[in-house]
Amino acid sequence: MISAPERHARKPSRRYALDLKTLGPALALLLLCVIGFLLNPAFVSEGNLTNLLTRSAFIGIIAVGATFVITAGGIDLSVGSMAAAISGVMIIVMNNVVETIGTGVATVLLGCGLAIVLGIGAGWINGALTTKGKIEAFIVTLGTMGIYRSLVTYFADGGTLALNFDIRGTYRPVYYDSFLGLPFPVWVFIGVAICGWLLLSRTAFGRYCTAIGSNESVARYSAINVDAVKTLTYVIQGLCVSFATIIYVPRLGSASASTGVLWELEAIAAVIIGGTVLKGGYGRIGGTILGALILTTIGNILNFTDMISNYLNGTMQGLIIIVAVLLQRSDWRLGKSRKT
Amino acid sequence: MLMRKVVGLAAIASVLAFAAPATAQEKIKIGVSYPTPTHAWAAGMNWHAEVAEKRLEALYPDVDLILVNSPDPSAQASALEDLVAVHQIDALVVLPFESEPLTDPVLNVKKSGAWITVVDRGLSQPGIEDLYVAGNNPELGRVSAKYMKGRLKDGDNIVILRGIPTVIDNERFDAFMEEIKGSGINVLDHKHANWNRDDGFQVMQDFLSRFPDIDAVWAQDDDIAIGVVAALKQAGRDGNGMFVVGGAGMKQIIKGIMDGDDLIPIDVLYPPSMIATAMDATVAHFKSNGPIAGRYILGATLITPENAESYYFAESPF
Repeated sequence: MISAPERHARKPSRRYALDLKTLGPALALLLLCVIGFLLNPAFVSEGNLTNLLTRSAFIGIIAVGATFVITAGGIDLSVGSMAAAISGVMIIVMNNVVETIGTGVATVLLGCGLAIVLGIGAGWINGALTTKGKIEAFIVTLGTMGIYRSLVTYFADGGTLALNFDIRGTYRPVYYDSFLGLPFPVWVFIGVAICGWLLLSRTAFGRYCTAIGSNESVARYSAINVDAVKTLTYVIQGLCVSFATIIYVPRLGSASASTGVLWELEAIAAVIIGGTVLKGGYGRIGGTILGALILTTIGNILNFTDMISNYLNGTMQGLIIIVAVLLQRSDWRLGKSRKT
Repeated sequence: MLMRKVVGLAAIASVLAFAAPATAQEKIKIGVSYPTPTHAWAAGMNWHAEVAEKRLEALYPDVDLILVNSPDPSAQASALEDLVAVHQIDALVVLPFESEPLTDPVLNVKKSGAWITVVDRGLSQPGIEDLYVAGNNPELGRVSAKYMKGRLKDGDNIVILRGIPTVIDNERFDAFMEEIKGSGINVLDHKHANWNRDDGFQVMQDFLSRFPDIDAVWAQDDDIAIGVVAALKQAGRDGNGMFVVGGAGMKQIIKGIMDGDDLIPIDVLYPPSMIATAMDATVAHFKSNGPIAGRYILGATLITPENAESYYFAESPF
């Protein structure tokens, strides 16, 4: 197990540069790719790799936001439902403005702008209820999870909301087209990841998150505005959900009660596989990205083989997640150079 | 509502003389219980139940249908108790949430003297229901396989996207495989896509990367089929006679068939409107001079451009 002082050591010794704690997720991903290639060489075809990256973008972008929330000692269970509700509202609004604005870029921009406003608003609600309302984040977001999920069911009348066919034509390239060989969702993913990394490891805000996650009281006595920082982590999470939604809607142009189911758990799993500590105080954006890629790769590989019974897919996923975390958590070290 | 207005008019104007004796009579009360719609198929069922309620109550002024939906099995059990205690129903139409936990509650309704119609999901004990109305899952698989055999030739390749691992999915899949056996059509692989568009899209993307030669897809369900079509179009493999067979009877798919879509040329019916069939039959038990009892298994009709129109409900959410 990792002891608290070790985790917060500001100057990690050079000897541990090859520590599996940081390399673990990368090694796990590499190992998965080798397995995928051995199972079927088509795994490394350009088409499949592009699919993999594009698919990781949804969970990856949401997981970047979740890294902030979890690092600051919180949790957000509402992201999947939030994504579904935002997609639903986006679709309804875009369909309704066709009469006045038409089916062009303006309508799509309006939809995207609305998604961002809704995401920030929903995140702020989660944050304010947690900090000002003094309710545990688990309960607040469990509540909003149920609310958003049932709202999308209500909007869709239990069925599926479908985007107007002509708007879909305008919006479609956002998911399907590429720039420099990489699809747009991957660029959004890269952009969000870089911003997240800069924010978490290169700014005072990032350090505040870590401090609050380690020890909230100490952070408060150190004159950190704990409530504001914590609320902001939920707002960042909401914003990330908006970005994920903006690239999700053009894919199939629809939203229903089954949209984004269990995304929250996948995002949390990606964050933890990546080395962020679930109870807060330590976060790594780079690891989160790898975590999201690992999760998507597992599903992809399982689709590439018929060696494993379909019914055991969940078992394989569970095993790989646990092994990946075990690799980076346990005190595996290259050489016993340290006495405890 | 409408009925009350009609009665009001009759009392004031004394024009609709027949309405007054009808309300004076003892009403036949029929409870209709089903799960709260949380997905499109169930929402379609809810819509069809409401339409049937209006239609039957307008047709028979002495029939009162009471629609109740419940979010989980225990809520449905309570709802059944209420139907007996509060409404004193004469008959019950029930689509059980799950077979096991609802067998006893339905048996209790039966003991109160009510006539029982069970829809789609059978109870775990035989002999409780007077009438059983259901779609035909094995037939859905068989009809799909027969269509595939008609379109494909020896040595052609197909992939299968299955639903959520359940008995329903197994029945469909096993019957399909049984029918396709010996035809020379290769089933390359089958994976679960959970009756869900997103999963349909991803599983199909992976099938397309993995198998360079696919001639047709059995998606088993219309939601999955929509995801499959998006993946085919993305990969540019939607031409060359490629086609997808779904199932259920979603209105968008039926519309496509009416418009002569090449990619989804047909559909196999597993209709949410079966609840209306059950309601009709239950009312007929009280109204018809013919006997109503036994099992009413709907056919898994092949929907083609010729007959599509009669299965298209523009107002329904599904």
